[in-house]
Amino acid sequence: MYVAVKGGEAAVANSRKLVKRSRRGPLHIPKIGTDQVDHQLGLAVDRVMAEGALYDRKAAAQAILQSQGDMVEAIFLLRAFRTTLKRFGNSKPVNTGKMQVIRRVSGAFKDIPGGQILGPTYDYTHRLIEFEDEPEPPSRGIQPSREAQIDSDSTSPDQELAGLAPRFQQLPWVVDILRNQGLMPPASETLIGEAVEDLTREPLKVPASRSIRLQNLARGDEGFLLGTAYSLQRGFGLDRHPFLGELRVGYVELTYTPPELGFEISIGRVKVTECFMINRNDGSENRSPGFENGYGLVFGQNERKAMSMSLLDRSLQSAEEGVEVKYPAQDQEFVLSHSDNVESSGFVQHLKLPHYVDFQSELVFIRNYTKDSQKKRKVPVESSV
Amino acid sequence: MSLQYNFAYLDEQSKKMIRRSILKAMAIPGFQVPFGGREMPLPYGWGTGGIQLTASLLGKEDCLKVIDQGSDDTTNAVSIKDFFKKTARIEITENTEDATIIQTRHRIPETPLTPQQIMVYQVPIPEPLQFIEPKRQENAKMHAFSEYGTMYVKLYEDIARHERIAMAFDYPVHVNGRYIMSPSPIPKFDNPKLHQSCAMHIFGAGREKRIYAVPPYTDVVSLDFEDYPFELEEWDESCAICGSDQTFLDEIITDDEGTRMFVCSDTEFCSRVRQKGKR
Amino acid sequence: MTGNVPDKSLPLLKVQNLSKFYGKNMGCHDINFELAEGEVIGVVGESGSGKSTLLKCIAGKINTTNGSVFFNSLYGFVDLCQCDELLLRQLTRTQIGYVTQNSVDGLRMNISAGGNIGERLMANGMRNYSQIRKIALEWLEKVEIETNRIDDLPTTFSGGMQQRLQIAANLVTDPKIILMDEPTSGLDVSVQARLIDVLRKLVSRLRLSMILVTHDLAVARMLSHRLYVMKEGKIVESGLSDQILDDPREPYTQLLVSSVLKP
Repeated sequence: MYVAVKGGEAAVANSRKLVKRSRRGPLHIPKIGTDQVDHQLGLAVDRVMAEGALYDRKAAAQAILQSQGDMVEAIFLLRAFRTTLKRFGNSKPVNTGKMQVIRRVSGAFKDIPGGQILGPTYDYTHRLIEFEDEPEPPSRGIQPSREAQIDSDSTSPDQELAGLAPRFQQLPWVVDILRNQGLMPPASETLIGEAVEDLTREPLKVPASRSIRLQNLARGDEGFLLGTAYSLQRGFGLDRHPFLGELRVGYVELTYTPPELGFEISIGRVKVTECFMINRNDGSENRSPGFENGYGLVFGQNERKAMSMSLLDRSLQSAEEGVEVKYPAQDQEFVLSHSDNVESSGFVQHLKLPHYVDFQSELVFIRNYTKDSQKKRKVPVESSV
Repeated sequence: MSLQYNFAYLDEQSKKMIRRSILKAMAIPGFQVPFGGREMPLPYGWGTGGIQLTASLLGKEDCLKVIDQGSDDTTNAVSIKDFFKKTARIEITENTEDATIIQTRHRIPETPLTPQQIMVYQVPIPEPLQFIEPKRQENAKMHAFSEYGTMYVKLYEDIARHERIAMAFDYPVHVNGRYIMSPSPIPKFDNPKLHQSCAMHIFGAGREKRIYAVPPYTDVVSLDFEDYPFELEEWDESCAICGSDQTFLDEIITDDEGTRMFVCSDTEFCSRVRQKGKR
Repeated sequence: MTGNVPDKSLPLLKVQNLSKFYGKNMGCHDINFELAEGEVIGVVGESGSGKSTLLKCIAGKINTTNGSVFFNSLYGFVDLCQCDELLLRQLTRTQIGYVTQNSVDGLRMNISAGGNIGERLMANGMRNYSQIRKIALEWLEKVEIETNRIDDLPTTFSGGMQQRLQIAANLVTDPKIILMDEPTSGLDVSVQARLIDVLRKLVSRLRLSMILVTHDLAVARMLSHRLYVMKEGKIVESGLSDQILDDPREPYTQLLVSSVLKP
């Protein structure tokens, strides 16, 4: 006698136990701490914070550990944590012009006011795996800045470098040079004092405002952004070479005006990567010829993502500018509704869930269908028209 | 851990927003109401829409039943029940008759529903026109203008090719003579249970951030042609456990030779019928 | 929806001061003409003369910058440039046909020939499979496509057949007016001849009202009663087809005629 399968509950409980065990690994290997993740896997933390849309290094480090280094899973953990947090207000818009810069490059101009700063980058490292343990780098012998000391007891190399740069120095943007010469339209007005739409509270609607698009891209999956931006470069939506106007990485100050105080206070600083990508445009239905820029801004140091974002910001303006939308990377709905890896990962993987009932319906259909067509084959009839 | 979260996880503000969307959905049967879906600690595509609906509807007195593929004991149903046990500490039941809210994936229980019950459906793709026209802007217009011709083109093609309508589940329905709606991936066998049902049926799509509903006593008609009417699945067999011949049957492969047997997909209904039979 | 009987004293279509600018570039400028019921108007000119832009404006496919397109529909004399989208979409799926230059744009390539013809019928509420099928077969016959091809995809059709299918899919709801954008271009000469022949039969049998945009003066002469010659977005000459082609007054038309119509 057949008995219906039972035991889902026990299986789920056991599976959870197994995850815990495999996450810890053999007990004689020391456990990693969140501090180690934060400082030694800093770029991983940056990515999780960016796509998790929450600037919290400790929570991000914990999420990376808890997910065994599965980045999308870590991002998901941070997102789920984020939704439960209370919102107590909106900060003032950050001023990226006044950034404590640790790195700043332009591909469009050789010399830029304020200078190019190579800073820490993998760009010029040789990708040779260093199998031997690296000797500890010599201390740079610089005293960290006072501000850097305030932020953290243990100074990270980043902060050491930032300590070199004058704190929150006003550095002109390269794109402003073009704007001042009338070669690029002025920056769209900032919305200081106005409420900004919030992608995490309202459903996405297309066509979406630029603010919503940028929010979406900033949270979007790095790989998806990279791939779609790359498709633009390969001619699926761009017909000429873009130029890197400016890429800067550093810390910006966050300020907030608590209603009970009535004046602005600094509540800390966050590391961001900002990118301006310049495209030439020869004019179309709604714009005159000149240069245009695409904008990218992400939490942490992630140049690949910020640059991809700036390319997409530009291409997603196609429809508004009367440029024919021909390729996926120009199509708002295509890009915006497929960029989120928490959504896409969940939906692709939901195929692991049981679909017995639906598949049963398909089975019944196909069985009846083949049965009928076999019957027909036995008794050949004139096909009706 | 669970204690630091609000009752049923979501904050009251979010629940209120969702309940408003439900009211709107009830007022316009079959219309997909966009809502500010929240990120849940369960993955998208695994019932986040249904979970948000249930979370916003649950009161302390409610009794919840969760099924997946008709069964109370499938892994995802267990996981969702666990979630509400932890976050809401409400009563959980397997008994369809006792439940006030039934969250489901892919089935409607065989036991007739009552006017006191709310069915909550987990919906992966709320847009019935999605595979005909993937652009949201365009299919919003198609709904607004009742331009459903292309939907019937799909039925036409099925008949031209297979001499029958070839959809077996997620079979689109016309609600209250106005909107075409996806009943979620329930087998078409369950479609007639929606028509003039005394219970309230609400559908939540978390990833796509839409809510829609079929209020009690609403016309729900499966799409068809006059000369090719909607037809239900039929089995030659009856349930090997309880003997029912009016239920949706799952096919179980019992050995390597592919020997098959058929049992009720609704496990709770099946065991109840069997108990009665014994007595 | 039961409409009123159209006012017979009014023309079927009246284009009034119609202009379309693309930024600073002109698509077409200050176009005026009328189309009577049962009349076929040809719009000719070189590529870039604005004739396709004009047709797209009339069909409501692009927004016009200025002017009106009045259509004597079953719902009254409506300005297609001003009416709401609901009415425009209703009109374009019932009373206005539009045949595109590339059949890929006008047909569903993944749907059978029968489905393509049936779509407009189903969009207008027909819910009887056999009836839809019967009408689709009749239309295949009218456009001279073998009826046993009814379940084949348009991708398996030749270019000429695809265009004839597109015409059938448009005419099936008996539209009051049909707009054609270069229906013969891209087809080789013998295929063109067949298409024109089918069109001629349909025009005379069904008394079609039609605006035909073409760069091919031979096609224009065979199908249209009157001709409008466009140059740089404007109408430079108009009149009866034979008269214009045999005795063009404008130098531009003379050039067009001499360069194309060599015997």
